[in-house]
Amino acid sequence: MQATTMAIEPTLAILSGKGGTGKTLLSVNLASVAKEATYIDCDVEEPNGNLFFNPTQEFGKLVTVKKPVVDEALCDGCHKCVDFCAFNALALIGKRLMIFDEICHSCGGCIHVCPQKALSEQDRAVGEMSIGRSDSVRSISGSMNIGESSGVPIIEELLKHKGEDLTIIDAPPGSSCLVTESVRLADFCILIAEPTTFGAHNLAMVHELVSLLGKPYAVVLNKVMEGKNPAEEFCIKNNIPIIGRIPFDKKLGSLNSVGKIASREEKHYRELFASILSKALAKVNP
Amino acid sequence: MIIAIPSDKDSLDSAVCVSFGRAPFYCLYNTETEQSTFLANSAADSPGGAGIKAAQLLVDNKANIVITIRCGENAAKVLEPADITLFKALNLSVADNIAAHKQDKLEPLKEVHAGYHNGH
Repeated sequence: MQATTMAIEPTLAILSGKGGTGKTLLSVNLASVAKEATYIDCDVEEPNGNLFFNPTQEFGKLVTVKKPVVDEALCDGCHKCVDFCAFNALALIGKRLMIFDEICHSCGGCIHVCPQKALSEQDRAVGEMSIGRSDSVRSISGSMNIGESSGVPIIEELLKHKGEDLTIIDAPPGSSCLVTESVRLADFCILIAEPTTFGAHNLAMVHELVSLLGKPYAVVLNKVMEGKNPAEEFCIKNNIPIIGRIPFDKKLGSLNSVGKIASREEKHYRELFASILSKALAKVNP
Repeated sequence: MIIAIPSDKDSLDSAVCVSFGRAPFYCLYNTETEQSTFLANSAADSPGGAGIKAAQLLVDNKANIVITIRCGENAAKVLEPADITLFKALNLSVADNIAAHKQDKLEPLKEVHAGYHNGH
């Protein structure tokens, strides 16, 4: 009698304080150098991971949230739902109830407090998601509809499809609640930073976030050149481990700019990203 | 008829507040009795949807006219079906704007803005 237990592989999240720092570059390359991996593009406002993976789509669906709808024949204009709504998504003019879908947070409270049972729930699409395959990588991606105020429901949906294999999460830029939601399931965070004063400032923002969330983390320095590197200085000053240095390299930039995954193109890039991946994994399972 | 004006302070010599939804007060001026009262704006510190809640407050207080520097589109969506007419405020005090309205010197507010909402 033998009991076999499948180990759940770690989830790594890639973060940065601003866009254009190299999150997607690092994420798609880390996923590509692993034997098998799931890549999740949580930047639902501007997803671009699939420009690199160009996956064969296997699954797709609309992402919906619940929204209230009113039966005007039942509403007597009592005002209780308007008073209850903490997000000010409802307004009442006489007996005419107005519902602002984009402001609604789908809490269902208005339906609960309505004495006339005039409100009910309906699905409302806020975006879409898809799962596809590109060689050894399963790519999960989502996008938010224009005009929506929050991408959180889409990120929640993407994370539901996470498997037990190594997972690389490409987080949205910044340190907003979209980022907090994206790194919720992460075992380890990699912060990527540019060698500028602005880069160091943005690194400090995400550093503060992962510290607050109690997530273990390390830094990868991107666009590394000779000379002063304020992001590196920040790491040294704060005792933050640096697990990789991606050089400021015209060839790498050119490959990336035409949607090529550098580690699938050239051996030395594969070695660079494989080294970063193994250092990160060593930190997750010391 | 009731005229509502967003104001920085609860006095007639106050400036008109630059924000409609997040003004600290509204001056409610009754043209028949020529009395004015000031209403604290419960929407002022809302995390979101302040324009909607503020517009609701003025609908509930039976305003017919709003004199404001600007107005967001969500607030306008509530004010317009409630038959509240919007006028563009002059860069003067609340009292001077009431006087200007009485003399038909105010222009209708033609543009509503898409809002200054920040992300989450």
